[in-house]
Amino acid sequence: MDINTLIEVALIIVKVIFVSLILFTLPIPLTWIERKVAGHIQVRLGPFRVGPHGILQPVADMIKLMFKEDIAPEKADKWLFRFAPLFAMIPAFAVYAAIPFGDKITIPIINKEVTLYISDMNVGILYILAVGGISVYGIILGGWASNSKYALLGGIRSSAQMISYEIALTFSCIGVVMTSNSLSLLDIVKFQSGTILGFIPNWNIIYQPIGFVIFFIAALAEINRIPFDLPEDEGSLAAGYHVEYSAMKFSFFMLTEYVAMVTASVLAVILFFGGWDAPLFMPEIPIFWFVAKVGFFIYLFMWIRFTLPRYRYDQLMSIGWKILLPLSLLNILITGLFLL
Amino acid sequence: MEQIFFYIFAIATVASAIAVISLRNPVHSAISLMVCFLQVAALFILLRSPFLAAVQVFIYVGAVVVLFLFAVMVLDLGKERFGEYLHHQRPIALVVVIGFVFVMGFTILHGSLDAQLGNYTEKALVKNTEIMGKLLFTKYVFPFEVVSLLLLIALIGAIVLAMKEKR
Repeated sequence: MDINTLIEVALIIVKVIFVSLILFTLPIPLTWIERKVAGHIQVRLGPFRVGPHGILQPVADMIKLMFKEDIAPEKADKWLFRFAPLFAMIPAFAVYAAIPFGDKITIPIINKEVTLYISDMNVGILYILAVGGISVYGIILGGWASNSKYALLGGIRSSAQMISYEIALTFSCIGVVMTSNSLSLLDIVKFQSGTILGFIPNWNIIYQPIGFVIFFIAALAEINRIPFDLPEDEGSLAAGYHVEYSAMKFSFFMLTEYVAMVTASVLAVILFFGGWDAPLFMPEIPIFWFVAKVGFFIYLFMWIRFTLPRYRYDQLMSIGWKILLPLSLLNILITGLFLL
Repeated sequence: MEQIFFYIFAIATVASAIAVISLRNPVHSAISLMVCFLQVAALFILLRSPFLAAVQVFIYVGAVVVLFLFAVMVLDLGKERFGEYLHHQRPIALVVVIGFVFVMGFTILHGSLDAQLGNYTEKALVKNTEIMGKLLFTKYVFPFEVVSLLLLIALIGAIVLAMKEKR
Protein backbone atom coordinates (compact mmCIF):
# COMPACT_ATOMS: atom_id res chain seq x y z
CA MET A 1 0.00 0.00 0.00
CA ASP A 2 1.33 3.40 -0.90
CA ILE A 3 0.98 6.58 1.13
CA ASN A 4 -2.00 7.95 -0.80
CA THR A 5 -4.17 4.90 -0.13
CA LEU A 6 -3.23 5.08 3.52
CA ILE A 7 -4.28 8.73 3.67
CA GLU A 8 -7.60 7.83 2.01
CA VAL A 9 -8.23 5.03 4.49
CA ALA A 10 -7.32 7.27 7.43
CA LEU A 11 -9.64 9.95 6.07
CA ILE A 12 -12.55 7.50 5.88
CA ILE A 13 -11.93 6.36 9.45
CA VAL A 14 -11.81 9.98 10.66
CA LYS A 15 -15.08 10.72 8.83
CA VAL A 16 -16.77 7.65 10.31
CA ILE A 17 -15.72 8.61 13.84
CA PHE A 18 -16.78 12.22 13.29
CA VAL A 19 -20.23 11.28 11.96
CA SER A 20 -20.86 8.74 14.73
CA LEU A 21 -19.84 11.25 17.41
CA ILE A 22 -22.28 13.78 15.99
CA LEU A 23 -25.05 11.17 15.88
CA PHE A 24 -24.32 10.10 19.46
CA THR A 25 -24.51 13.64 20.80
CA LEU A 26 -27.36 14.90 18.60
CA PRO A 27 -30.15 13.44 20.78
CA ILE A 28 -28.96 15.60 23.70
CA PRO A 29 -30.07 18.91 22.16
CA LEU A 30 -32.93 17.20 20.33
CA THR A 31 -34.64 15.94 23.49
CA TRP A 32 -34.47 19.44 24.96
CA ILE A 33 -35.87 20.99 21.79
CA GLU A 34 -38.58 18.37 21.57
CA ARG A 35 -39.74 18.99 25.12
CA LYS A 36 -39.61 22.73 24.63
CA VAL A 37 -41.65 22.47 21.41
CA ALA A 38 -44.10 20.22 23.22
CA GLY A 39 -44.34 22.69 26.08
CA HIS A 40 -44.99 25.72 23.94
CA ILE A 41 -47.48 23.91 21.69
CA GLN A 42 -49.41 22.88 24.79
CA VAL A 43 -49.15 26.40 26.29
CA ARG A 44 -46.76 25.55 29.11
CA LEU A 45 -43.07 26.19 29.65
CA GLY A 46 -41.50 22.77 29.27
CA PRO A 47 -38.31 21.99 31.24
CA PHE A 48 -37.29 25.12 33.11
CA ARG A 49 -35.45 24.25 36.31
CA VAL A 50 -32.07 22.79 35.34
CA GLY A 51 -29.99 25.59 33.86
CA PRO A 52 -31.36 28.65 32.03
CA HIS A 53 -34.61 27.65 30.26
CA GLY A 54 -33.92 24.07 31.32
CA ILE A 55 -31.09 23.73 28.82
CA LEU A 56 -29.14 21.37 31.09
CA GLN A 57 -32.12 19.03 31.50
CA PRO A 58 -30.81 16.47 28.92
CA VAL A 59 -27.50 16.30 30.79
CA ALA A 60 -29.34 15.59 34.02
CA ASP A 61 -31.41 12.94 32.22
CA MET A 62 -28.27 11.37 30.82
CA ILE A 63 -26.65 11.14 34.26
CA LYS A 64 -29.85 9.60 35.60
CA LEU A 65 -29.96 7.00 32.79
CA MET A 66 -26.32 6.08 33.30
CA PHE A 67 -26.60 5.46 37.03
CA LYS A 68 -29.99 3.78 37.10
CA GLU A 69 -30.14 0.11 37.99
CA ASP A 70 -30.10 -2.08 34.89
CA ILE A 71 -32.95 -4.53 35.40
CA ALA A 72 -33.67 -7.59 33.24
CA PRO A 73 -36.87 -9.59 33.89
CA GLU A 74 -36.18 -12.99 35.40
CA LYS A 75 -37.94 -14.96 32.68
CA ALA A 76 -36.45 -12.88 29.85
CA ASP A 77 -34.31 -14.38 27.11
CA LYS A 78 -31.12 -12.90 28.59
CA TRP A 79 -28.97 -12.79 25.45
CA LEU A 80 -31.57 -11.38 23.13
CA PHE A 81 -32.73 -8.95 25.80
CA ARG A 82 -29.20 -7.63 25.99
CA PHE A 83 -28.58 -7.50 22.25
CA ALA A 84 -31.93 -6.12 21.05
CA PRO A 85 -30.99 -2.46 21.70
CA LEU A 86 -27.83 -2.99 19.66
CA PHE A 87 -29.84 -4.63 16.86
CA ALA A 88 -31.86 -1.42 16.76
CA MET A 89 -28.95 0.98 17.07
CA ILE A 90 -26.31 -0.39 14.70
CA PRO A 91 -28.38 -0.23 11.47
CA ALA A 92 -29.58 3.27 12.39
CA PHE A 93 -25.94 4.38 12.42
CA ALA A 94 -24.81 2.23 9.48
CA VAL A 95 -27.21 4.08 7.21
CA TYR A 96 -24.98 7.14 7.40
CA ALA A 97 -22.21 5.38 5.46
CA ALA A 98 -24.10 6.24 2.28
CA ILE A 99 -25.53 9.67 3.09
CA PRO A 100 -23.86 12.67 1.44
CA PHE A 101 -23.81 15.93 3.41
CA GLY A 102 -22.30 18.03 0.64
CA ASP A 103 -20.13 17.69 -2.43
CA LYS A 104 -16.46 18.56 -1.95
CA ILE A 105 -14.66 21.13 0.09
CA THR A 106 -10.99 22.07 0.11
CA ILE A 107 -9.37 22.26 3.51
CA PRO A 108 -7.52 25.63 3.45
CA ILE A 109 -4.11 25.02 5.02
CA ILE A 110 -3.09 21.61 3.68
CA ASN A 111 -4.94 22.31 0.43
CA LYS A 112 -6.56 18.90 0.24
CA GLU A 113 -9.90 18.18 -1.34
CA VAL A 114 -12.26 16.31 0.98
CA THR A 115 -15.58 14.80 0.02
CA LEU A 116 -18.41 15.39 2.47
CA TYR A 117 -19.64 11.81 2.42
CA ILE A 118 -18.24 8.52 3.65
CA SER A 119 -18.91 6.69 0.40
CA ASP A 120 -20.87 7.36 -2.74
CA MET A 121 -22.53 4.02 -3.38
CA ASN A 122 -24.07 3.48 -6.77
CA VAL A 123 -27.01 1.79 -5.04
CA GLY A 124 -27.11 4.37 -2.22
CA ILE A 125 -30.85 4.78 -1.86
CA LEU A 126 -31.43 1.02 -1.89
CA TYR A 127 -28.71 0.53 0.71
CA ILE A 128 -30.27 3.11 3.02
CA LEU A 129 -33.78 1.69 2.74
CA ALA A 130 -32.52 -1.88 3.19
CA VAL A 131 -30.24 -1.22 6.16
CA GLY A 132 -32.70 1.17 7.76
CA GLY A 133 -35.25 -1.63 7.63
CA ILE A 134 -33.06 -3.89 9.77
CA SER A 135 -33.64 -1.58 12.75
CA VAL A 136 -37.06 -3.20 13.22
CA TYR A 137 -35.32 -6.31 14.59
CA GLY A 138 -34.36 -4.36 17.68
CA ILE A 139 -38.00 -3.60 18.35
CA ILE A 140 -39.31 -7.07 17.55
CA LEU A 141 -36.63 -8.92 19.50
CA GLY A 142 -36.73 -6.46 22.38
CA GLY A 143 -40.47 -7.03 22.59
CA TRP A 144 -40.17 -10.81 22.39
CA ALA A 145 -37.18 -11.25 24.68
CA SER A 146 -38.77 -9.22 27.50
CA ASN A 147 -41.27 -12.04 28.00
CA SER A 148 -44.00 -9.56 28.77
CA LYS A 149 -47.41 -9.33 27.12
CA TYR A 150 -47.29 -5.59 26.48
CA ALA A 151 -43.80 -5.73 25.06
CA LEU A 152 -44.67 -8.70 22.84
CA LEU A 153 -47.74 -6.91 21.47
CA GLY A 154 -45.58 -3.89 20.73
CA GLY A 155 -43.08 -6.07 18.88
CA ILE A 156 -45.77 -7.80 16.82
CA ARG A 157 -47.41 -4.51 15.93
CA SER A 158 -44.09 -3.12 14.89
CA SER A 159 -43.21 -6.01 12.57
CA ALA A 160 -46.53 -5.78 10.72
CA GLN A 161 -46.38 -2.00 10.55
CA MET A 162 -42.83 -1.91 9.21
CA ILE A 163 -43.54 -4.34 6.41
CA SER A 164 -46.72 -2.53 5.41
CA TYR A 165 -45.15 0.90 5.19
CA GLU A 166 -41.76 -0.12 3.82
CA ILE A 167 -43.43 -0.95 0.51
CA ALA A 168 -45.05 2.46 0.17
CA LEU A 169 -41.83 4.17 1.29
CA THR A 170 -39.76 2.35 -1.29
CA PHE A 171 -42.24 2.93 -4.08
CA SER A 172 -42.34 6.65 -3.33
CA CYS A 173 -38.55 6.71 -3.73
CA ILE A 174 -38.78 4.95 -7.08
CA GLY A 175 -40.43 8.04 -8.58
CA VAL A 176 -37.40 10.12 -7.58
CA VAL A 177 -35.03 7.48 -8.94
CA MET A 178 -36.91 7.53 -12.24
CA THR A 179 -36.73 11.31 -12.66
CA SER A 180 -33.07 11.55 -11.61
CA ASN A 181 -32.11 8.40 -13.48
CA SER A 182 -29.77 7.19 -10.74
CA LEU A 183 -29.75 5.25 -7.47
CA SER A 184 -26.80 7.21 -6.12
CA LEU A 185 -27.79 9.93 -3.65
CA LEU A 186 -25.00 12.18 -4.91
CA ASP A 187 -26.36 12.01 -8.46
CA ILE A 188 -29.89 12.57 -7.19
CA VAL A 189 -28.82 15.79 -5.46
CA LYS A 190 -26.74 16.93 -8.46
CA PHE A 191 -29.74 16.42 -10.69
CA GLN A 192 -31.72 18.87 -8.57
CA SER A 193 -29.32 21.82 -8.92
CA GLY A 194 -30.30 24.79 -11.08
CA THR A 195 -33.68 26.45 -11.51
CA ILE A 196 -36.85 26.29 -13.55
CA LEU A 197 -37.94 29.56 -15.25
CA GLY A 198 -35.02 31.29 -13.58
CA PHE A 199 -36.30 31.41 -10.03
CA ILE A 200 -38.04 28.18 -8.93
CA PRO A 201 -35.46 25.74 -7.57
CA ASN A 202 -35.27 22.58 -9.67
CA TRP A 203 -36.09 20.28 -6.74
CA ASN A 204 -37.84 16.95 -7.00
CA ILE A 205 -40.75 18.17 -4.90
CA ILE A 206 -41.94 20.03 -8.03
CA TYR A 207 -41.95 16.82 -10.09
CA GLN A 208 -42.97 14.45 -7.31
CA PRO A 209 -45.54 16.13 -5.04
CA ILE A 210 -47.57 12.93 -4.54
CA GLY A 211 -44.35 10.98 -4.06
CA PHE A 212 -43.29 13.35 -1.31
CA VAL A 213 -46.61 13.11 0.55
CA ILE A 214 -46.44 9.30 0.45
CA PHE A 215 -42.79 9.35 1.47
CA PHE A 216 -43.47 11.64 4.40
CA ILE A 217 -46.42 9.65 5.76
CA ALA A 218 -44.65 6.32 5.29
CA ALA A 219 -41.51 7.71 6.93
CA LEU A 220 -43.56 8.82 9.94
CA ALA A 221 -44.77 5.24 10.27
CA GLU A 222 -41.33 3.73 9.70
CA ILE A 223 -39.71 5.74 12.47
CA ASN A 224 -42.61 5.12 14.88
CA ARG A 225 -43.60 8.72 15.39
CA ILE A 226 -47.08 9.88 16.32
CA PRO A 227 -49.60 9.52 14.66
CA PHE A 228 -48.20 6.05 13.91
CA ASP A 229 -46.37 5.14 17.12
CA LEU A 230 -48.50 2.06 17.76
CA PRO A 231 -45.54 -0.14 18.88
CA GLU A 232 -45.14 2.01 22.00
CA ASP A 233 -48.71 3.18 22.42
CA GLU A 234 -48.68 4.50 26.01
CA GLY A 235 -52.45 4.45 26.24
CA SER A 236 -53.00 0.75 25.64
CA LEU A 237 -49.56 -0.92 25.79
CA ALA A 238 -47.90 0.89 28.72
CA ALA A 239 -44.75 1.64 26.72
CA GLY A 240 -44.85 -1.17 24.17
CA TYR A 241 -41.68 -2.93 23.16
CA HIS A 242 -39.39 -1.16 25.65
CA VAL A 243 -41.62 -1.45 28.71
CA GLU A 244 -39.15 -3.77 30.48
CA TYR A 245 -36.03 -1.82 29.60
CA SER A 246 -34.27 0.57 31.93
CA ALA A 247 -31.05 2.54 32.22
CA MET A 248 -28.59 2.47 29.30
CA LYS A 249 -30.45 -0.19 27.31
CA PHE A 250 -33.51 2.04 27.32
CA SER A 251 -31.42 5.02 26.29
CA PHE A 252 -30.12 3.03 23.30
CA PHE A 253 -33.71 2.65 22.11
CA MET A 254 -34.29 6.38 22.60
CA LEU A 255 -31.06 7.16 20.75
CA THR A 256 -32.17 4.94 17.86
CA GLU A 257 -35.48 6.73 17.68
CA TYR A 258 -33.86 10.15 17.44
CA VAL A 259 -31.26 9.02 14.91
CA ALA A 260 -34.06 7.49 12.82
CA MET A 261 -35.92 10.78 12.91
CA VAL A 262 -32.81 12.60 11.70
CA THR A 263 -32.36 9.99 8.96
CA ALA A 264 -35.92 10.47 7.75
CA SER A 265 -35.41 14.24 7.64
CA VAL A 266 -32.10 13.84 5.82
CA LEU A 267 -33.68 11.53 3.24
CA ALA A 268 -36.60 13.91 2.68
CA VAL A 269 -34.12 16.74 2.07
CA ILE A 270 -31.87 14.72 -0.24
CA LEU A 271 -34.63 13.10 -2.27
CA PHE A 272 -37.13 15.92 -2.56
CA PHE A 273 -35.61 19.23 -1.45
CA GLY A 274 -32.36 19.50 -3.35
CA GLY A 275 -29.94 18.41 -0.63
CA TRP A 276 -27.36 21.16 -0.10
CA ASP A 277 -28.65 23.23 -3.03
CA ALA A 278 -29.26 26.84 -1.88
CA PRO A 279 -32.79 28.19 -2.48
CA LEU A 280 -33.64 31.47 -4.27
CA PHE A 281 -30.25 33.00 -5.18
CA MET A 282 -28.94 32.57 -1.65
CA PRO A 283 -25.15 32.13 -1.41
CA GLU A 284 -23.92 28.54 -1.54
CA ILE A 285 -22.39 27.68 1.85
CA PRO A 286 -21.14 24.12 2.43
CA ILE A 287 -23.34 22.08 4.78
CA PHE A 288 -25.27 25.15 6.04
CA TRP A 289 -28.31 24.77 3.77
CA PHE A 290 -28.34 21.05 4.27
CA VAL A 291 -28.45 21.40 8.05
CA ALA A 292 -31.04 24.17 7.85
CA LYS A 293 -33.40 22.05 5.72
CA VAL A 294 -32.89 18.98 7.91
CA GLY A 295 -33.58 21.11 10.98
CA PHE A 296 -36.85 22.27 9.45
CA PHE A 297 -37.98 18.68 8.90
CA ILE A 298 -37.02 17.65 12.41
CA TYR A 299 -39.12 20.53 13.70
CA LEU A 300 -41.98 19.38 11.45
CA PHE A 301 -41.82 15.87 12.95
CA MET A 302 -42.00 17.33 16.46
CA TRP A 303 -44.81 19.67 15.49
CA ILE A 304 -46.85 16.76 14.13
CA ARG A 305 -46.16 14.70 17.23
CA PHE A 306 -47.81 17.23 19.53
CA THR A 307 -50.63 18.18 17.17
CA LEU A 308 -52.15 14.95 15.88
CA PRO A 309 -53.78 12.13 17.84
CA ARG A 310 -52.71 8.51 17.37
CA TYR A 311 -54.42 6.29 14.79
CA ARG A 312 -56.05 3.01 15.72
CA TYR A 313 -54.22 -0.09 14.56
CA ASP A 314 -56.82 -1.11 11.94
CA GLN A 315 -56.82 2.45 10.61
CA LEU A 316 -53.05 2.28 10.35
CA MET A 317 -53.26 -0.90 8.29
CA SER A 318 -55.95 0.37 5.96
CA ILE A 319 -54.08 3.64 5.39
CA GLY A 320 -50.98 1.67 4.49
CA TRP A 321 -52.47 -0.96 2.22
CA LYS A 322 -55.57 0.68 0.79
CA ILE A 323 -54.43 4.27 0.33
CA LEU A 324 -50.66 4.66 0.31
CA LEU A 325 -49.78 1.53 -1.65
CA PRO A 326 -52.18 2.10 -4.61
CA LEU A 327 -51.30 5.80 -4.60
CA SER A 328 -47.58 5.05 -4.77
CA LEU A 329 -48.14 2.62 -7.68
CA LEU A 330 -50.17 5.33 -9.43
CA ASN A 331 -47.34 7.78 -8.79
CA ILE A 332 -44.85 5.46 -10.50
CA LEU A 333 -47.23 5.08 -13.45
CA ILE A 334 -47.72 8.85 -13.82
CA THR A 335 -43.97 9.48 -13.53
CA GLY A 336 -43.37 6.88 -16.23
CA LEU A 337 -45.93 8.53 -18.52
CA PHE A 338 -44.28 11.94 -18.02
CA LEU A 339 -40.87 10.49 -18.80
CA LEU A 340 -42.13 9.06 -22.09
CA MET B 1 -7.17 -8.41 1.65
CA GLU B 2 -10.32 -9.49 -0.19
CA GLN B 3 -9.53 -13.10 0.54
CA ILE B 4 -9.47 -12.43 4.27
CA PHE B 5 -12.90 -10.79 4.07
CA PHE B 6 -14.18 -13.67 1.97
CA TYR B 7 -13.11 -16.19 4.59
CA ILE B 8 -14.62 -14.14 7.42
CA PHE B 9 -17.98 -13.90 5.66
CA ALA B 10 -17.91 -17.48 4.39
CA ILE B 11 -17.19 -18.92 7.83
CA ALA B 12 -19.88 -16.74 9.38
CA THR B 13 -22.36 -17.86 6.70
CA VAL B 14 -21.74 -21.53 7.34
CA ALA B 15 -21.71 -21.11 11.11
CA SER B 16 -25.00 -19.22 11.16
CA ALA B 17 -26.55 -21.69 8.71
CA ILE B 18 -25.64 -24.52 11.06
CA ALA B 19 -27.11 -22.51 13.93
CA VAL B 20 -30.40 -22.18 12.01
CA ILE B 21 -30.93 -25.93 11.97
CA SER B 22 -29.36 -26.83 15.30
CA LEU B 23 -30.86 -24.23 17.67
CA ARG B 24 -33.91 -25.44 19.56
CA ASN B 25 -35.81 -22.19 19.83
CA PRO B 26 -37.53 -21.08 16.58
CA VAL B 27 -36.89 -17.40 17.32
CA HIS B 28 -33.17 -18.04 17.72
CA SER B 29 -33.23 -19.99 14.46
CA ALA B 30 -34.90 -17.11 12.68
CA ILE B 31 -32.24 -14.70 13.94
CA SER B 32 -29.47 -17.02 12.77
CA LEU B 33 -31.19 -17.15 9.40
CA MET B 34 -31.14 -13.36 9.27
CA VAL B 35 -27.42 -13.31 10.15
CA CYS B 36 -26.83 -15.90 7.42
CA PHE B 37 -28.64 -13.74 4.83
CA LEU B 38 -26.61 -10.70 5.88
CA GLN B 39 -23.35 -12.61 5.36
CA VAL B 40 -24.51 -13.75 1.93
CA ALA B 41 -25.21 -10.09 1.08
CA ALA B 42 -21.65 -9.26 2.10
CA LEU B 43 -20.40 -12.04 -0.20
CA PHE B 44 -22.41 -10.49 -3.06
CA ILE B 45 -20.59 -7.21 -2.48
CA LEU B 46 -17.25 -9.03 -2.71
CA LEU B 47 -18.50 -10.45 -6.02
CA ARG B 48 -19.05 -6.87 -7.34
CA SER B 49 -22.84 -7.06 -7.17
CA PRO B 50 -23.92 -4.22 -4.88
CA PHE B 51 -27.43 -4.24 -6.34
CA LEU B 52 -27.95 -7.91 -5.55
CA ALA B 53 -26.56 -7.35 -2.05
CA ALA B 54 -28.94 -4.46 -1.37
CA VAL B 55 -31.89 -6.46 -2.68
CA GLN B 56 -30.86 -9.44 -0.58
CA VAL B 57 -30.86 -7.34 2.59
CA PHE B 58 -34.04 -5.60 1.53
CA ILE B 59 -36.18 -8.63 0.75
CA TYR B 60 -34.75 -11.48 2.80
CA VAL B 61 -33.52 -9.65 5.89
CA GLY B 62 -35.99 -6.78 5.85
CA ALA B 63 -39.16 -8.66 4.92
CA VAL B 64 -39.00 -12.46 4.80
CA VAL B 65 -37.37 -13.07 8.18
CA VAL B 66 -39.50 -10.35 9.77
CA LEU B 67 -42.55 -12.29 8.55
CA PHE B 68 -41.07 -15.50 9.95
CA LEU B 69 -40.63 -13.84 13.31
CA PHE B 70 -44.14 -12.43 13.10
CA ALA B 71 -45.59 -15.88 12.46
CA VAL B 72 -43.48 -17.52 15.17
CA MET B 73 -44.48 -14.91 17.72
CA VAL B 74 -48.18 -14.91 16.85
CA LEU B 75 -48.44 -18.70 16.88
CA ASP B 76 -46.26 -18.84 20.01
CA LEU B 77 -44.06 -21.57 18.62
CA GLY B 78 -41.54 -20.68 21.30
CA LYS B 79 -42.60 -23.68 23.34
CA GLU B 80 -42.65 -26.15 20.46
CA ARG B 81 -39.65 -28.31 19.79
CA PHE B 82 -38.60 -29.49 16.37
CA GLY B 83 -36.73 -32.68 17.20
CA GLU B 84 -39.71 -35.01 17.51
CA TYR B 85 -41.07 -34.34 14.03
CA LEU B 86 -38.33 -36.09 12.09
CA HIS B 87 -39.79 -39.42 10.96
CA HIS B 88 -36.96 -41.61 9.71
CA GLN B 89 -35.73 -38.82 7.43
CA ARG B 90 -32.20 -38.88 8.75
CA PRO B 91 -30.63 -41.59 6.55
CA ILE B 92 -32.16 -40.16 3.37
CA ALA B 93 -31.09 -36.62 4.27
CA LEU B 94 -27.59 -37.82 5.06
CA VAL B 95 -27.25 -39.55 1.69
CA VAL B 96 -28.50 -36.49 -0.17
CA VAL B 97 -26.17 -34.14 1.70
CA ILE B 98 -23.12 -36.34 1.16
CA GLY B 99 -23.98 -36.65 -2.51
CA PHE B 100 -24.37 -32.88 -2.84
CA VAL B 101 -21.09 -32.17 -1.10
CA PHE B 102 -19.36 -34.73 -3.30
CA VAL B 103 -20.71 -33.31 -6.56
CA MET B 104 -19.99 -29.69 -5.57
CA GLY B 105 -16.52 -30.55 -4.35
CA PHE B 106 -15.77 -32.44 -7.55
CA THR B 107 -16.86 -29.59 -9.83
CA ILE B 108 -15.05 -26.95 -7.78
CA LEU B 109 -11.80 -28.94 -7.59
CA HIS B 110 -11.87 -29.61 -11.31
CA GLY B 111 -12.49 -25.95 -12.04
CA SER B 112 -15.56 -26.56 -14.16
CA LEU B 113 -17.54 -24.00 -12.12
CA ASP B 114 -16.26 -21.01 -14.05
CA ALA B 115 -18.47 -17.97 -14.61
CA GLN B 116 -17.93 -16.03 -17.82
CA LEU B 117 -17.79 -12.26 -17.63
CA GLY B 118 -19.44 -12.00 -21.05
CA ASN B 119 -19.35 -8.77 -23.01
CA TYR B 120 -18.66 -6.59 -20.03
CA THR B 121 -15.37 -5.57 -18.53
CA GLU B 122 -15.01 -5.77 -14.78
CA LYS B 123 -15.11 -1.96 -14.55
CA ALA B 124 -18.44 -1.66 -16.36
CA LEU B 125 -19.91 -4.29 -14.06
CA VAL B 126 -19.38 -2.17 -10.95
CA LYS B 127 -22.30 -0.04 -12.13
CA ASN B 128 -24.27 -3.10 -13.07
CA THR B 129 -27.74 -2.08 -11.96
CA GLU B 130 -28.59 -0.59 -15.33
CA ILE B 131 -27.14 -3.53 -17.26
CA MET B 132 -29.14 -5.94 -15.13
CA GLY B 133 -32.38 -4.01 -15.57
CA LYS B 134 -31.99 -3.85 -19.33
CA LEU B 135 -31.18 -7.56 -19.59
CA LEU B 136 -34.16 -8.48 -17.42
CA PHE B 137 -36.55 -6.63 -19.68
CA THR B 138 -35.06 -7.68 -23.01
CA LYS B 139 -33.15 -10.95 -23.14
CA TYR B 140 -34.66 -12.56 -20.05
CA VAL B 141 -38.14 -11.09 -20.23
CA PHE B 142 -39.84 -14.49 -20.55
CA PRO B 143 -38.41 -16.10 -17.38
CA PHE B 144 -38.94 -12.78 -15.61
CA GLU B 145 -42.63 -12.75 -16.51
CA VAL B 146 -43.02 -16.42 -15.57
CA VAL B 147 -41.57 -15.71 -12.13
CA SER B 148 -43.84 -12.72 -11.60
CA LEU B 149 -46.85 -14.81 -12.64
CA LEU B 150 -45.85 -17.51 -10.15
CA LEU B 151 -45.59 -14.93 -7.40
CA LEU B 152 -49.00 -13.55 -8.34
CA ILE B 153 -50.52 -17.03 -8.15
CA ALA B 154 -48.95 -17.57 -4.72
CA LEU B 155 -50.34 -14.23 -3.60
CA ILE B 156 -53.87 -15.08 -4.73
CA GLY B 157 -53.55 -18.51 -3.13
CA ALA B 158 -52.62 -16.95 0.19
CA ILE B 159 -55.57 -14.57 0.01
CA VAL B 160 -57.98 -17.40 -0.81
CA LEU B 161 -56.70 -19.43 2.17
CA ALA B 162 -57.10 -16.46 4.49
CA MET B 163 -60.63 -15.75 3.20
CA LYS B 164 -61.77 -19.33 3.88
CA GLU B 165 -60.71 -19.15 7.48
CA LYS B 166 -62.80 -16.05 8.02
CA ARG B 167 -66.14 -17.68 7.16
